[in-house]
Amino acid sequence: MAEDIIEAPAPNPLLGLGESIMAAAAGAVTAVSLARGGAELVLHADRTRWAPLHGLLRDGFAFEQLMDLCGTDFPARAERFEVVTNLLSLSLNRRVRVICTTDGDQPVPSLSALWPVAVWYERECWDMYGVVFAGLADMRRLLTDYGFEGHPLRKDFPLTGHVELRYDEARKQVVYEPVQLAQDFRNFDFMSPWEAMTTLPGDEKVHLIREERAKIERAEPAKPELPR
Amino acid sequence: MSSILPYVPADEGAPLLSGEDATHTINFGPQHPAAHGVLRLILELKGEVVERADPHIGLLHRGTEKLIEYKTYIQALPYMDRLDYVSPMCMEHSFAIATERLLGIEGEVPERGKWLRTLFAELTRVLNHLLNVTTYALDCGAITPALWGFEQREKLLEFYEAAGGSHYHVNYFRPGGVAKDIPPETMARIGDWMRQFPAFLDDLEGLLTDNRIFKQRTVDIGVMTAEQAIAWGFSGPCLRASGCAWDLRKSQPYDMYDRVEFDVPVGVQGDCYDRYLVRMMEMRQSLRIIEQCLNAIRPGPVKIADNKITPPSRSDMKRSMESLIHHFKLYTEGYHVPEGSTYAATEAPKGEFGIYMVADGTNKPYRCKIRAPGYAHLQAMEVLSKGHMLADAVAIIGSLDIVFGEIDR
Repeated sequence: MAEDIIEAPAPNPLLGLGESIMAAAAGAVTAVSLARGGAELVLHADRTRWAPLHGLLRDGFAFEQLMDLCGTDFPARAERFEVVTNLLSLSLNRRVRVICTTDGDQPVPSLSALWPVAVWYERECWDMYGVVFAGLADMRRLLTDYGFEGHPLRKDFPLTGHVELRYDEARKQVVYEPVQLAQDFRNFDFMSPWEAMTTLPGDEKVHLIREERAKIERAEPAKPELPR
Repeated sequence: MSSILPYVPADEGAPLLSGEDATHTINFGPQHPAAHGVLRLILELKGEVVERADPHIGLLHRGTEKLIEYKTYIQALPYMDRLDYVSPMCMEHSFAIATERLLGIEGEVPERGKWLRTLFAELTRVLNHLLNVTTYALDCGAITPALWGFEQREKLLEFYEAAGGSHYHVNYFRPGGVAKDIPPETMARIGDWMRQFPAFLDDLEGLLTDNRIFKQRTVDIGVMTAEQAIAWGFSGPCLRASGCAWDLRKSQPYDMYDRVEFDVPVGVQGDCYDRYLVRMMEMRQSLRIIEQCLNAIRPGPVKIADNKITPPSRSDMKRSMESLIHHFKLYTEGYHVPEGSTYAATEAPKGEFGIYMVADGTNKPYRCKIRAPGYAHLQAMEVLSKGHMLADAVAIIGSLDIVFGEIDR
């Protein structure tokens, strides 16, 4: 914390653990960070050495359980998908999160040889994001419909989906049709003027004048300032 | 079932397999009373022995994670009730804790709010185990436990109604505490219920624990060793039945679990019978926690006072302009959660229920992965049921405590 400046703050034990993992992994861990104010350890991993790193974590650092594996989509990045595992050590009572990145084509090595539970998690990740797992024997979709197209948790997949289904009385079967909404899906922009923007459209001039005046009052060398 | 797969007429000319090689594949579900929901289990049987079990899940997939990405944190919370609809409040618990951690208000939740959450989490555990144990017995041929158990469940659901106004979709645990205080007489009613419940548990155990038929159906069925259970991502009662003394309430306590005393029942064999026993004992331990909660709860606020995160009271809203604005802003825009990520896990009745949440600074979660315990348990269906009889598959499904709301999400 910032209060105790006199005594050097004790180093976070998680960070020490992260560094020892990094040293043992010999390059498979590219960065160690802490999430949530130092309460959670996050390792950023090299995708090509994803499986050996998890083997090391399981056997060398006693993270026996793979609790969760999931994807996350950041469309703006070059490698848009993050594959995230959350491991739990039952014997030492600690957790670690391991993250690697990939795009839609580069496969992530499968962890199914290390943990049988990984199969469904990876199938789900493939289903939802289209992340390919190398060495995963059973790459079927898991949660979506039989014959589903697309990867619904990608950020560019619309919330409403592409097809809807209904029972067709005439044809006596369930039919798929393109989604037709009576009202467009509305997604409001809540980065609202109350918090994120103080200059309303058309009101810029007042703020410019105010800034100019402030500059003169401070009589400082002009510093480029973003209009807020 | 014909709507799931097209009907394929049998090939008239195909030779009939017979003898040792004859295996046949059946669809178990998705409309089967013992499937505990919409499970389509493809079973390959050799005679009556299970050779392969391939669960097809997703028939109840509603896209909860996708929907949450389009909802504010307040709007996303009720989706949690609809995951494991047998233990709704425990689902809210992880989400509330994850949001609190990202907001950095975890330490500010008032004591009464935390005690109420602990109390209701334990009531929920009893609620869940009651349904599981009794319907599990139903799967194994005993109908009376279900009839008795649902009477007790109804009593518990009345406490839900008193607290949140609804039997199931209560939306009660909120980031920052609980939605509102319980009516004053509820505590006494919970106390009354608590005192009569052990007699019911004795009756239930009298019906099942030493019942010859029940034991024949469950002992040595679906055995999971501790190593297997760990590798298959088991948690909760299923892991403890295999001999691992692991309980998040003990090892990584949240809310008031570090202030209550209780024991963690652990099984020996890891079979269906042990999973039943662990749940029965857990209900008794839950009663201990409930009693301690009732004794420890003191009057006070139940949620943090910051009206940027929790709504002002209705009466304030009618008189104070500021409260009205807060109310309006909270229910339209919600609150902006600072950038960050967290994995928050709680010991839900079925096991570790985790929320991996990524916040990007807006008022909506960027990503909310729901880690459901039943998802990992169901996946082990094949190893658990291989070599067992068809009827044992039913007992195994029952013992795993499968609820499709959380598995399919």
